[in-house]
Amino acid sequence: MARRYNPAMARWLAHLVVITLFVAGIAAACTRVHPDWNWSGIWDYRQKFVQGWVTTVGISLAALVFAMLVGLVVAVMLRSRMALVEAVGRVYVEAIRGTPLLVQLLIGFYVVASAVGLENRYVVGVLVLALFAGAYMAEIFRGGLDAIPAAQLDSARAIGLTPAQAFRLVVLPQAVRIVLPSIAGQLVSLIKDSSLLSVIAISEFTLAAQEVNAFTFSTLESYLPLAAGYLLLTLPLATLSRWLERRFRYEAA
Amino acid sequence: MRLVIHALARRFAGRDGRPATTVLDGLELTTGDIAALVLVGPSGGGKSTLLRVLAGLDVPEAGSVAFDGATLPRDAAGLRAYRRTVGTVFQAFNLFPHLTALENLLLPLVHVHGLDRTAALERVRGPLDRFGLTAHAHKRPAELSGGQKQRIAILRALVVRPRRLFLDEPTSALDPEMTGEVLEMIAELRVAGTQFVLVTHEMAFARRVADEIAFVADGRILAHGATATFFDDQADPRVRRFLETSQHHA
Repeated sequence: MARRYNPAMARWLAHLVVITLFVAGIAAACTRVHPDWNWSGIWDYRQKFVQGWVTTVGISLAALVFAMLVGLVVAVMLRSRMALVEAVGRVYVEAIRGTPLLVQLLIGFYVVASAVGLENRYVVGVLVLALFAGAYMAEIFRGGLDAIPAAQLDSARAIGLTPAQAFRLVVLPQAVRIVLPSIAGQLVSLIKDSSLLSVIAISEFTLAAQEVNAFTFSTLESYLPLAAGYLLLTLPLATLSRWLERRFRYEAA
Repeated sequence: MRLVIHALARRFAGRDGRPATTVLDGLELTTGDIAALVLVGPSGGGKSTLLRVLAGLDVPEAGSVAFDGATLPRDAAGLRAYRRTVGTVFQAFNLFPHLTALENLLLPLVHVHGLDRTAALERVRGPLDRFGLTAHAHKRPAELSGGQKQRIAILRALVVRPRRLFLDEPTSALDPEMTGEVLEMIAELRVAGTQFVLVTHEMAFARRVADEIAFVADGRILAHGATATFFDDQADPRVRRFLETSQHHA
């Protein structure tokens, strides 16, 4: 029987080799800086990891929902013909994208939230994260809305749709298909960015890992499960994003 | 329909350094009580803009348009109400790509004309069948041929039972074979008594379906008349030259 080159199999093998080498490299680095690992101390605090991980998932999901709402509204503002509305959108997007999330968190929590008397740090954390991601989402949505050809709006008007109906029934569903892969990608960033919420003492995944390190007098042990925990969330999303991208390409043909 | 157009003017403001252009320049036209009016003429002469004004998609700066004595409104709400009583088909990109052919047909029925889904489905079944499109009803536009897309687009304009159709070069983006199937559909509608205004470059077809023909160039009507007279007894030398050239290419 002739042996045939199987591209799917080749890709799996290539991935496996690269992952093995990568893990081996990390393991070598670990043993070099820190020869005696104390995993049992970490294992005792596994519940804390799980709680932190769940908090990270919850915060990320809540922030995602708000970020998409903010992004959509701001995208419409960026496209507005009213100069003032467009300016508000533009200033927001550039201010957010031009400053580090860490700075926004510190100002949002210690200045803005204190000033308005908002005490729940989880609410503040979700809001800041959502406003941060929303600025990026706005640009993604704007690109999606811009991609709808003018002819589609003409057709929508021709059949008698109101401008609001045209947006809801014709423009939005098409724009969502276009932006979905980028949104899934943005969610990956959002999950990773949520690790910064540890600076305002939100017990999410990263803070949990830091605390476990402190409790067990270990130095590095909890960072490896930390990385694995994030990958567990982000890898499926990255795959989903690539899949959506492929699917949209076929559909648009 | 009896169409009366008086002193119609449409200008487009200059943008990005380009000069302003006058597309319709005091256009006058009065037809008899006819079913099918065909607009012909050179590209850039204003026929598509004229059709957009007639379809209520574009508002002229000056002048008036009246179908059967009813003057076209100029305000947004009035124009939208008017557009709901007519059907318009463009050269291409009529269908919404995220919806199947069937959903494209149902959308105006359900969201503009207030039918419930069952009634809308009932409404489109016969027409789909009559034009041999039932087998394609569940396909997305991307899976349809150019001719099928245009026939669905015409059907979408028809199923809302409009007073008349406006067809803007419905076959210009199609290859000859598909052009044939779309023109055949329009010819069938003509026989069934559907009223329409058609912009086309297909002279033989214009001759076949039109009651009257108007030649649009430089934003005005250069010649207009009953179909036979227009083609066989054309007084205007420029129109005559245009017709001769078109026939050579046909």
